[in-house]
Amino acid sequence: MGTLWNNYRYLILRRVTQISLLVLYFGANAWGWKILMGNLSSSRFLNFVPMSDPYAALQMLAAGAVLGADLLIGVGVITLFYLLIGGRAFCSWVCPVNIITDTANFLRRKLEINRIQGKQPATRDMRYWILALSLIISAIMGVAAFEFISPISMVHRGIVFGLGFGWAAMLIIFLFDLFVLKDGWCGHICPLGGFYSLLGKFSFLRVHHNEANCTLCMKCKNVCPEHQVLHMVGKESLPVLSGECTNCARCIEVCDDDALEFSIRKLAQNKKTGE
Amino acid sequence: MKKQPLSDRRKFILNMARGVGLASLGGFVWSAYVDEVTASTLLLRPPGAIKEDDFLKTCIKCGLCVLACPFDTLLLAKPGDNKPLGTPYFVPREIPCYMCPEIPCVPVCPTGALDESSVTTNGKLDINIADMGVAVIDSQNCIAFWGIQCDACYRACPLLGEAITIEYSKNERTGKHAFMKPVIQNDICTGCGLCEKACVTEKAAIFVLPREVALGKAGDYYIKGWDKSDEKRLENATSQTTTTDISKESAVDSLNNDMKDLY
Amino acid sequence: MSLSRREFLKSSAAASAAAAIGMSVPSDVLAQAESAETNWRWDKAACRFCGTGCGIMMATKNGKIVAVKGDPAAPVNRGLNCIKGYFNAKIMYGADRLTQPLLRVDANGNFDKQGKFAPVSWKRAFDEMELNIRKALKHAGPESVAVFASGQYTVMEGYAAQKMMKAGFRSNAIDPNARHCMASAVVGFYQTFGIDEPSGCYDDIELTDTIVSWGSNMAEMHPILWSRVTDRKLSDPERVKVINMSTYRHRTSDLADIEIIFSPNTDLALWNYIAREIVYNNPESIDWDFVKKHIVFAASPVNIGYGMRTAGEKSLTPVNPDGSAGKYSALEMEIINKEMKKVVSAKEAPALKPYGYKEGDVMVNKDAGLKHWEISFDDYKKFLEPYTLDYVATISKGNPDEDINEFKKKLQTLADLYIEKGRKVVSFWTMGMNQHTRGTWCNTLAYNVHFLVNKQAKPGDGAFSLTGQPSACGTAREVGTFCHRLPADMMVANPKHREITENRWKVPKGTINHIGNQHIMKIHRDIEDGVVKFAWVNVCNPYQDTASASHWIKAAREMDNFIVTSDGYPGISAKVSDLILPSAMIYEKWGAYGNAERRTQVWRQQVIPVGDAMSDTWQWVELSKRFTVKDVWGAQPLRGKNDKGEPNSLPSVIEAAKAMGYTEDTTMYEILFANKEAQSYKVDLNSFPQQGYDNSECNGDSRNVVGSDGKVFKGYGFMIHEYLFEEYASFGRGHGHDLAPFITYHKVRGLKWPVVDGKETQWRFNSKYDPYAAKETQESGNSHAFYGTLAKALPYGDLMGVTKADKTGLANKAKIFARPYMDPPEMPDAKYPVWLSTGRVLEHWHSGTMTMRVPELYRAVPEALCYMHPEDAKTYDVKQGELCWVESRRGKVKARVETRGRNRPSRGLVFVPWFDEKVFINKVCLDATCPQSKQTDFKKCAVKIYKA
Repeated sequence: MGTLWNNYRYLILRRVTQISLLVLYFGANAWGWKILMGNLSSSRFLNFVPMSDPYAALQMLAAGAVLGADLLIGVGVITLFYLLIGGRAFCSWVCPVNIITDTANFLRRKLEINRIQGKQPATRDMRYWILALSLIISAIMGVAAFEFISPISMVHRGIVFGLGFGWAAMLIIFLFDLFVLKDGWCGHICPLGGFYSLLGKFSFLRVHHNEANCTLCMKCKNVCPEHQVLHMVGKESLPVLSGECTNCARCIEVCDDDALEFSIRKLAQNKKTGE
Repeated sequence: MKKQPLSDRRKFILNMARGVGLASLGGFVWSAYVDEVTASTLLLRPPGAIKEDDFLKTCIKCGLCVLACPFDTLLLAKPGDNKPLGTPYFVPREIPCYMCPEIPCVPVCPTGALDESSVTTNGKLDINIADMGVAVIDSQNCIAFWGIQCDACYRACPLLGEAITIEYSKNERTGKHAFMKPVIQNDICTGCGLCEKACVTEKAAIFVLPREVALGKAGDYYIKGWDKSDEKRLENATSQTTTTDISKESAVDSLNNDMKDLY
Repeated sequence: MSLSRREFLKSSAAASAAAAIGMSVPSDVLAQAESAETNWRWDKAACRFCGTGCGIMMATKNGKIVAVKGDPAAPVNRGLNCIKGYFNAKIMYGADRLTQPLLRVDANGNFDKQGKFAPVSWKRAFDEMELNIRKALKHAGPESVAVFASGQYTVMEGYAAQKMMKAGFRSNAIDPNARHCMASAVVGFYQTFGIDEPSGCYDDIELTDTIVSWGSNMAEMHPILWSRVTDRKLSDPERVKVINMSTYRHRTSDLADIEIIFSPNTDLALWNYIAREIVYNNPESIDWDFVKKHIVFAASPVNIGYGMRTAGEKSLTPVNPDGSAGKYSALEMEIINKEMKKVVSAKEAPALKPYGYKEGDVMVNKDAGLKHWEISFDDYKKFLEPYTLDYVATISKGNPDEDINEFKKKLQTLADLYIEKGRKVVSFWTMGMNQHTRGTWCNTLAYNVHFLVNKQAKPGDGAFSLTGQPSACGTAREVGTFCHRLPADMMVANPKHREITENRWKVPKGTINHIGNQHIMKIHRDIEDGVVKFAWVNVCNPYQDTASASHWIKAAREMDNFIVTSDGYPGISAKVSDLILPSAMIYEKWGAYGNAERRTQVWRQQVIPVGDAMSDTWQWVELSKRFTVKDVWGAQPLRGKNDKGEPNSLPSVIEAAKAMGYTEDTTMYEILFANKEAQSYKVDLNSFPQQGYDNSECNGDSRNVVGSDGKVFKGYGFMIHEYLFEEYASFGRGHGHDLAPFITYHKVRGLKWPVVDGKETQWRFNSKYDPYAAKETQESGNSHAFYGTLAKALPYGDLMGVTKADKTGLANKAKIFARPYMDPPEMPDAKYPVWLSTGRVLEHWHSGTMTMRVPELYRAVPEALCYMHPEDAKTYDVKQGELCWVESRRGKVKARVETRGRNRPSRGLVFVPWFDEKVFINKVCLDATCPQSKQTDFKKCAVKIYKA
């Protein structure tokens, strides 16, 4: 039991967080709760603190919208928050799509699909291209372009306000991640992930690798959805400095050798190793 | 034939070209899709909604307005609704806007897509000046135009006697009854849709459409000489160069055209 | 049409063959024969809803009603309808139509008052009814068996019910919901004219110059008449004036030149103000020639109470120290105590001064019945003295935000319109004047003004009481399904009238009960007192439509009694009942209605009823088979004591019955419904009007319903509808109530009685238009004859009472009454600061059992709202669109606040319609009635409003 908790404690915490957030949002619509109202695009905490998706705001800005003060404050709140705890913590701790893609990835490992599909046919940099493209299209079309196709908001809004054909979006991502591309949506395509990766470059909360303890079992790399960020494993003791790390902490909990742990980034170290 | 290994330079150029090609492909598909889903002109927006183009830019699709509505009037467009995804709208025949004096849906909007100032008079929220659309009557199918004593729309109207008025006229066929025909006052109607909800015909004979769809426009170059208030349309009036088929060439060109047809 | 020509020939041959030998034609075959030609069939009928009486045509297709159209030939509506009429075709087939008898049973299928409803056979249903009627008769005699009757009965079923109750069970405890609707108008007619129903007709609208609507939202409640008013206004906008008199602003104000918002109950003062203006300030406008020839002045007592329960009644005992009494709380008793005595208020003191009262006096109330006496014109003038413009304007201004001088100007203009020489004036009213603790008074005051200036019973001139129900006139009043009435304006209290009726009904002299006091409120109260043990609800919804509703529902559910409801749909009354009988709806039976302008209209059965539903006529006739001479005609006890101090009772008439050729075992069916005369009305499927139409009662029908005896019901074999109609009509012929023959009505679009020599009468009492008046004035040459015969001999006196007991006859004369302004029993105070008025909306009919099942009407108005002034909403901290509590001393309901829209009360008054069973406003209302007419005042009580 102890091992189970040890090996899955962060996963369980993440799922609890993700689901609690969903329940709170859902409760606001269904039962008039006032804890978290709205959805991931924009919401109010305790009917007071505004919170808004900075990437959506960026698209709106590109589209030529005049941004209201409420929105700007909300964007500030969220930006500051993820600046502190790591941009892509959103992806692993908040985003409901993460549950879908993690499930697809889990099945992929269990079904050993990875073994018949050796080389990944796409680059993880694609998300930055899409990010750029979304801003260009927003500017040309005069609307927040990604928001009209975003399966994240589709799924989240769907759960809070009514799904419609939103289940199809969920299924497409699931099947895509399962059969087409490993870590396809979250690791390659999602421009919101891309945006938070950029934001996350500067965050304080980091996973730290202690090479001395490493036994090179590579469990961490296997389980990591963004395994490229663990390039230092077994090579040198370094914090994970890439913004693409989602702070999901799976690597920490699967490591039997205490070679990985959370730490607060030391600015000095950052300077020394450069990244 | 033995292939030459590609030079780095060539590789780079090819990769760039491939990237641009893929981006264009994706960009066009994406743009086409966005264009399609936002081309829904028959949608009714919450009170205070800014112009549809700006609304689509500005609405962050958070649903706070939907949460604030006490009557479950407002909906967020779901995939499959064929409406701009995630944006709020309402269907008056199902649940109309009940025109709460406190307009709870507007102040909660974080982006200004619902503009408080557009529903404010003298510093106070005023739902009566909201403009969600305008009601239109199909007078062929409106039973009041048959002489039936209905006026369900009129009685349902929160601005009864202002937004919908009754036009009385004699029913010459019966010789002793009067028609009581509902008439929409475009400038007062808020488009709340209570009339559409109340209409007793099988499919509503009075219904709300966005103002841009429902109304014509007379043009600012003619002002009603008998209506002082019509003067205000002059504010936007400007002179314009007019072109028709006959005037599209410059005067000199058309004068120099050959005149064979003239004799 | 899929029917081939060959099949068509076959089916029509079968139809005519069947018709030829007089057997019942299976309706589906008949329908096939019809549909082969057109696929649908049109036939005329009357609208199911209000008292306007619009003519409609019903389309049937495959044995079902599919469409309706206004009848272009109908004089009332000329092919038009309002939106209720528009949906006549959609009221029939609601998903929850009752299709079989339902009885509350226990697990073993035995009757259990606390059990759940389960389907039973018609036989079982009648077994239970018979058993419980016998139990009730044994418990307290005929007064223990009661019927909630209706102004929506067809003429025939009302007459059948009346006959079985009054001649069969010898019970006068049959009273219609029409009691709630126009009883005050009736007593007003009786006291003023000596005969019921309006003198004018709807044609007055086209002929008048002035329409004054008093306490009547005609725009919503009589839309077709209102469109005629509107047309009249459009014809001459300058000349024609429309005035709306109301306690709150409603749609009738739209067209009005003047809107007068008055404080509840002060209509009494307003009428007297107009009369005072005539008598004091414009005496030259009095047509003395007319008044001297046709009018006497009269007065009646003022300390008559408010028709509430009185001290000593079983449910008011014991009186407890905390102020509560019996089944009534201390809060309720605060008001009920005023029934016994009250303190004269500052508001009413000036009006009561001529009667010797001053402010602060204790007025001891006592029942005075309908007693009144003749007085001099001088006494009448003395009585009018207090109603100066100042006094009346002060007490009657209903909008606190209106300027008093503006209001005074309006009152003056109103009086001037009545007075203006050559100006024709019609006063219309409905519930505002009738549902009133002084409703009878208010009705008579209306005639006063019209009489003084000789503007009554003339084309375009007259005070005209409109009715709410489709046959309040035709059935409730003309047939007389009231506790005190017999057909054609005869009274159970009058021995001569009883004898006429007994002779006509071929029942022994002395059969009919001479005490008729169980009006509809009394029936409810008698159930609560444990006197009535069996009550049958016919074509109405008394458990939703009666004020102080919780008391009556509790009594029905928790006491030892048996309540039966006949209905098409499960309303509140059905829910409260022990047995439910599925009933044929209007177009599933032959019928006749009479509207407010005395127009009688008939229709044929258009379709076979749904399920096992049967008509109310059938239900009554089947019940009559269960009771024989010895069951019901023996000696019977009654409550109370007679003049000689002996207990009231009914003698045995069994011997007399034997002398008439009946035996002890002759059933009421044989005597009352299947007698020789009845058998002479033949079923004749070969000729008009029966040809081609179903007649479930006479011939049975293709459903082969298993009837009350457990066998398939094959029909009575004679034309029972025509029999009932003709026998009823015979009462009125030659007595100013003449109806045309049954068959005539099938050829015309209704006729206004009296129909003399085939001609209808437009203006009664006017010798130019009314043959009866013409006959009476042959010698005198008078313009009018008010030939009604009731209360036409009066003692003489002054305002305080009778001084000369000798009665003087006043043949052909009408009366002007001195009747003062008085407060209603409950008025807003610190605890309950707001007036509550209830009423209707255009979209829904009464308790909504039919219209709330029409999806379009339900969508248009799905719930009853609480209309109030926006300032009041602020004061009571409630918001537009949110729920609020409306609470009185009797109960509370939650309703949604509406500060805009169709009704705009002034500050201090809220309006809640009563159609919505979810907003059960009658729990809040007070069951005070006009002590003379016994009609409940649903228009005023005091409530408080607070956030829900």
